[in-house]
Amino acid sequence: MTTTLDGAQVAELASREYQYGFVSDIDTDLAPKGLSEDVIRLISEKKEEPGWLLQWRLNAYRHWLTMAEPTWQNVTYGPVDYNDIIYYAAPKASKKKPSSLDEVDPELRAMFDKLGISLAEQERLTGVAVDAVVDSVSVATTFQRELAKVGVIFCSMSEAVRRYPDLVRAYLGSVVPYRDNFFATLNSAVFTDGSFCYVPKGVRCPMELSTYFRINAAGTGQFERTLIVAEDGASVSYLEGCTAPMRDDNQLHAAVVELVAMEGASIKYSTVQNWYPGDADGKGGIYNFVTKRGRCAGAGSKISWTQVETGSAVTWKYPGVVLQGEGSVGEFYSVALSAHHQQADTGTKMVHIGKGTRSTIVSKAISAGQGQNTYRGLVKVLRSAEGARNHTRCDSLLIGPRCGAHTFPYIEVKHPSAQVEHEATTSKVSEDQLFYCRQRGISEEEATSMIVNGFCREVFRELPMEFAVEAQRLLSVSLEGAVG
Amino acid sequence: MSPLTALLARGPGAPPLWRPAPRPGEASWLTDRRREATRWAEGHGFPTTKHEDWRYTRLDDLLEIPFEPAGPASSAAEVADEVAAEVAAGLGPHAGGPRLVFVNGHLVAERPEAAGPAPGAQVGSLARALEQTAWSERLQSLWAPARAGYDHAFRALNDALAADGAFIVVPAGCAVERPIELVFVSASGGPPVLASPRSVVLAGPESQVRVVEVYAGAGEGPVLTNAFTQVVVGPGASVSHYKVQAEGTSSFHLSSLEVRPAEASRFSSWLVALGGRVARHEVGVRLGAPGAAVSLDGLFLPAGSQHHDNPVRVDHMAANCTSHQLYKGIMADQASGVFNGHVVVHEGSLGTDAHQVNKNLLLSEHAQAYTRPRLEIFADDVACTHGAAVGHLDDDALFYLRSRGIPEARARALLVGGFAEEVLARLPAGPLEAYARALVRARLGAEEGSGRPSEAP
Repeated sequence: MTTTLDGAQVAELASREYQYGFVSDIDTDLAPKGLSEDVIRLISEKKEEPGWLLQWRLNAYRHWLTMAEPTWQNVTYGPVDYNDIIYYAAPKASKKKPSSLDEVDPELRAMFDKLGISLAEQERLTGVAVDAVVDSVSVATTFQRELAKVGVIFCSMSEAVRRYPDLVRAYLGSVVPYRDNFFATLNSAVFTDGSFCYVPKGVRCPMELSTYFRINAAGTGQFERTLIVAEDGASVSYLEGCTAPMRDDNQLHAAVVELVAMEGASIKYSTVQNWYPGDADGKGGIYNFVTKRGRCAGAGSKISWTQVETGSAVTWKYPGVVLQGEGSVGEFYSVALSAHHQQADTGTKMVHIGKGTRSTIVSKAISAGQGQNTYRGLVKVLRSAEGARNHTRCDSLLIGPRCGAHTFPYIEVKHPSAQVEHEATTSKVSEDQLFYCRQRGISEEEATSMIVNGFCREVFRELPMEFAVEAQRLLSVSLEGAVG
Repeated sequence: MSPLTALLARGPGAPPLWRPAPRPGEASWLTDRRREATRWAEGHGFPTTKHEDWRYTRLDDLLEIPFEPAGPASSAAEVADEVAAEVAAGLGPHAGGPRLVFVNGHLVAERPEAAGPAPGAQVGSLARALEQTAWSERLQSLWAPARAGYDHAFRALNDALAADGAFIVVPAGCAVERPIELVFVSASGGPPVLASPRSVVLAGPESQVRVVEVYAGAGEGPVLTNAFTQVVVGPGASVSHYKVQAEGTSSFHLSSLEVRPAEASRFSSWLVALGGRVARHEVGVRLGAPGAAVSLDGLFLPAGSQHHDNPVRVDHMAANCTSHQLYKGIMADQASGVFNGHVVVHEGSLGTDAHQVNKNLLLSEHAQAYTRPRLEIFADDVACTHGAAVGHLDDDALFYLRSRGIPEARARALLVGGFAEEVLARLPAGPLEAYARALVRARLGAEEGSGRPSEAP
């Protein structure tokens, strides 16, 4: 351990290092294994971060040391050795930033193509700006110029820290403070990259924004940090899609996503998550412990989460909305599939603070094989939330006798004018429907897939078109071998 | 000071509770179990809001009070008699069934069935049954060994301290026609009293019985009622359990109802909770044999600063069982109500049909509702649903009634009454129904006097 410095000394030291600039002459692409203040300083140094950010990271780290890993979740996983993780990894191609797709490492591009998410195709066909994150460092950023025309800032978090430090400083940790929870605190200490998006007043972002996160160097955890800010009257739709190649070691993924919506602003955040779920025996797979939260800060603002969770060995996340502004709206649409040995404990938190705030929750959980799926949701209406309204619907579908589906809603109401409803059903795929399909020559697996897709339609409808197609395909692929 | 010590802070010279002395004539197994239970409670401590099942129920106040376990002779027995008489009057020209009256968990009066008991049926004191070797052996299986674990320290405490309660045996094929009434009076003339009544209902195969438990309070001092009722429902038997909890607002009520239905049996429970400063009524049903059906209903109406907690747990462990829950809460003033339902469908429990509904009405600005209907399902051929709602009186309905010349207070009473009716209507017609309705009406009537919630401070 290094001798403890006081805050001022640390800040001074950090800014001095920044002055001289260390980045260009560092050859190592990997930080040493393990977590310590030195590793955090190294990350901060490599990313040319200002002193306040290093201090913030160190505060988080010191707080994290006092925290215990939570155990209340309805999932089980092997112990995570936090000192056996490489907290910083940079792909080889990252020394010089490519200015166009052509400069991107052909091997990386081949990997994207294999995964069916070709950057080129996306760029050409869909007009989606892609900020591809391969192991912590942005490799390619497209359409930035087009976005800049309307004043939208969309870049990697590292770049944002360098170019827009004031914006980042104003909002980073404003929704998920660094003391929030074990994994968010860890993320605050060691986050390496992620996306930053700022939509100025009155601007409607002209295109869907999208980021693909990958995990491609063995033994590296990913600690992404995403921050999206929509100023008054602005609106933005953000897509996040994830796939990961086959891998045997369990990998920890502890990301933090923060959304801030000011008056009349709207943010739509969609996720398709298809990380490596482990093999059919439950070996390997990603631990996906993510903190996602939005704050409807202004009146009439709206934040909508849509997620399709088909991957990861263990998924544990509750994208939530803090409904502060009067009449603000929170939405949560989710499809979570756990097949084979996958486990998911996911849901949402809707905290109603402002008057007339409304929230809608639609959760569809599918369990197959020996998968365990838990919906856990909190709807909290505070004393100030006059006329708050919530409707929750969560349905579970069971496929096979050894899977499990669990529903744990928490409803806490402290204002009498609030109206809160929760309804849930759990059942298996209807024998009648299956019989009907099979009678018409559709195989059992195909029929099940059709029925499951129908079951999820309510949520898929909320996804942007290209994602909806991908999500449906994902669901069918993920169910393969788990049915019958 | 540990919570346990605080709760059981004792006067000088009292025997240490953590090693209960054998009672005269007590079977040795019982002494052992009681000691184990105390040790368990001491080792585990009392539940806190950190415990998932106690999340919304704070026991700080309760644990500060040095309760003294109630002995058979209570100083408040006379007051208690009055209350018992009042309850009896409330239950009306009674149906002629047997009635037992307990004060602080000890039997003080019993009236046998007017028309003579059903052949073979037994309704009496548990203390007496424990003295009889034959019954003592039968009862031993109901005092679970501490190694099996208790849900919480209050259950263990009941095992350790319970000395008396009702003991009801209905032989095979016997139908007890009239409801058996158990009146539990909690009374304290001053010093805080801990009452630990324990009742056992053994319903033989194909038998039928209805049991009514009424809890009422007397005296000014605080009483903690830590009651435990066990019901063993034989194959094909049908048991109905009714409970009215109307203790005083200075008392604490923690109770637990444990049900073990056998194959193709029927069990239904029904609760109306009005009293207690903190009242928790726990129901646990373990459906371990196929084809059983249970129905659990409850109506809780906390007012003032009362807190009502209703944990209901149903374990489906066999095929083709049905469970149904309907709990409704009406919260007034600064009161808070909790519904904590939990249905677990264990692996292999195919053909399960489980439904859970909780609806809450908040009548005042400071009333609070917490609801947590949970489903945990490990089998696929099941149909499970749950629903929960929290709301206030429908303004449109209120307007409709007022536009027809019905004064607001009356209109509100009608609507709230209608909300409660769904549960009240599930009571069989008779003196109990009338008694429960009168209590509910009195409670809701008092609400109307306090004016519109929006005008409340």
